[in-house]
Amino acid sequence: MSDEPLLEVQSLTVRYGERAACNDVSFSLWPGEVLAVVGESGSGKTTLLNAICGRVAASAGAVRFRAADGRVRDLRTLPEAELRRLVRAEIGFVHQNPRDGLRLGVSAGANTGEPIMAAGARYYGDIRRTAAFWLERVEIDPARMDELPAMFSGGMQQRLQIARALVTKPRLVLMDEPTGGLDVSVQAKLLDLLRRLTAELGLAAVVVTHDLGVARLLAHRILVMRNGRVIESGITDQVLDDPQHAYTQLLVSSVLVT
Amino acid sequence: MNDTAATPMIEATGLAKSFTLHSQGMRLEVWDRIDLTVKAGECVVLDAPSGRGKSTLLRALYGNYRVDRGRILLRHRGIQVDLATASPRLVLQMRRETIGYISQFLRVIPRVATIDVVAEPLVSRGVDHAEANDRAAYLLRALAIPERLWRLAPATFSGGEQQRVNVARALIADHPILLLDEPTAALDEANRARVMALLAARRERGTAMVGIFHDIEARTAVATRFYPLPEKGQAA
Repeated sequence: MSDEPLLEVQSLTVRYGERAACNDVSFSLWPGEVLAVVGESGSGKTTLLNAICGRVAASAGAVRFRAADGRVRDLRTLPEAELRRLVRAEIGFVHQNPRDGLRLGVSAGANTGEPIMAAGARYYGDIRRTAAFWLERVEIDPARMDELPAMFSGGMQQRLQIARALVTKPRLVLMDEPTGGLDVSVQAKLLDLLRRLTAELGLAAVVVTHDLGVARLLAHRILVMRNGRVIESGITDQVLDDPQHAYTQLLVSSVLVT
Repeated sequence: MNDTAATPMIEATGLAKSFTLHSQGMRLEVWDRIDLTVKAGECVVLDAPSGRGKSTLLRALYGNYRVDRGRILLRHRGIQVDLATASPRLVLQMRRETIGYISQFLRVIPRVATIDVVAEPLVSRGVDHAEANDRAAYLLRALAIPERLWRLAPATFSGGEQQRVNVARALIADHPILLLDEPTAALDEANRARVMALLAARRERGTAMVGIFHDIEARTAVATRFYPLPEKGQAA
C-alpha cells in the first residue's frame, strides 16, 4: 500500500465573496479508484470538481496531481498554459449535459478524433480508426460516425461525450452527474458502461452525483458534502449501510427503496 | 503450515457496537463484549436468537459496519491487521484478498452476465478473463446453475438461483476467511447439500469461517464450534 496517490487534494477552499462554496476539503485518490462525491444541490460538489481541474479558481489549498512523467504538480499554482496542456492531456471531464462536453457542429467521429489530433495524431486513417474503436467501446455503431451529435438520443450523446473524454487515455476522469437527465433504463446501461470502462482501463475517477444508487454501483469510496464541507467519508458500502452523521442518515433514509 | 494453523485468522477482542439514530434521537446498543477467535480450518457458527446482532457482527468483521470499540485483527498477507482502524484502501484490499462474505441476497448489477458477476472478484485481482471464466464455470456447474443462464444477468433468476450465484461469486476468490450470512436460506435440499459440500471442502483446506445458519442440518454439517453471542452487558 506504499504506492503514491495520483491526486492529493488538500484543504481546498473556494470562496465566492463571503461564502465558502467548498470549504477545507481534503482527500487522496489512487490509480484505479473511483470516488463518489454525494450531497444535495448547493453542497459544493460541482465546485469541488471544477476547482480540481482549474475551471474555478480556489482561494486556498492544494491540488497535487502526479502527472504521467512522474512529477507531482500543484494544479492550483501551475501557470495557465501548463495547466491547460496538462489537463487536456491527462484529465478527462464528463459534464452532466452532453452538449457542454461535445462540439455540436461536427460529426461524432470528429468529436472523438479531435482530442487525439490536438494531442498530436496526424494520419487521417489512424485518427478515424481510433475514433471508430472508441465509438464501439461506448456502444455506438461506428457506421454512424459521420452523423452530427444532434441526430443521437440523449443516452447516445452522453456515451459520445464519454468517448471524447477517454480517447486521449486520461489518467483521471472527473464526472459531473454523468447519468443525470437520462431515463432510468438508459441510466442503467450508462452505469454499466462506466463501471466496466473504469475497471478495464484502471481509471481514477471522481464522480459527483446526488444519486446514492450511482455511488453504490460505481464508487469504491464516498465523500458526503454539505454546505461546502465533507461531513463523512469512507468505503461506499460502509457509509451507505452504517452512516454515522445525522445528515448522511437523512440522505440514506430518503432514498426510495426499490 | 503449522505456523499458519497456530496463528488465529480472526482475533476480535472487546467489540462493542451501537447505532445512533439521529432522527429518532436514540441509540441502540447491539452488543458490547464480543471476543471471538477463529483459527484456520475452524467454522464458528454464531448462536443466538434473532435480534441479538449476529448479522451485525458478521458485517463488522467485513468492515461494512463500524464498531464503537475493540480490535478486529485479521491475518492479511501474513500479518495481523486491525480492520477496525485500517484505512478504506487497506480494507478494500483485505476484501479482495483475505475476507469473503456471502450475504443473504445478491446485489444485482444491471446488465452484467451471471458468469461475469461470478468471475469479477478474480478479474479485479488481475487474473485474466479466460482463467477467471473457467473458474466461474466450474463453480456454476458445481452449484447446478444451468449453462444456458450463464450469459444472462441474474436479475430475473429465482431466489434460489440468485443465492447460488452469490455463493459462487463469494467462493471464487479462495479467501482464507469466509463470512457466511445464511448462505443456504433460499435453497432446496439438493442445492443446500451442494453448497454445504463446497463449504466443507473449503474448511478442510484451512479456510476460517464464521457463519449464521438457521437450518439445523446445515449448522451441524459445517460447524466445528458454536459461539453464543452474549447478551448486552454480559461477558461471553
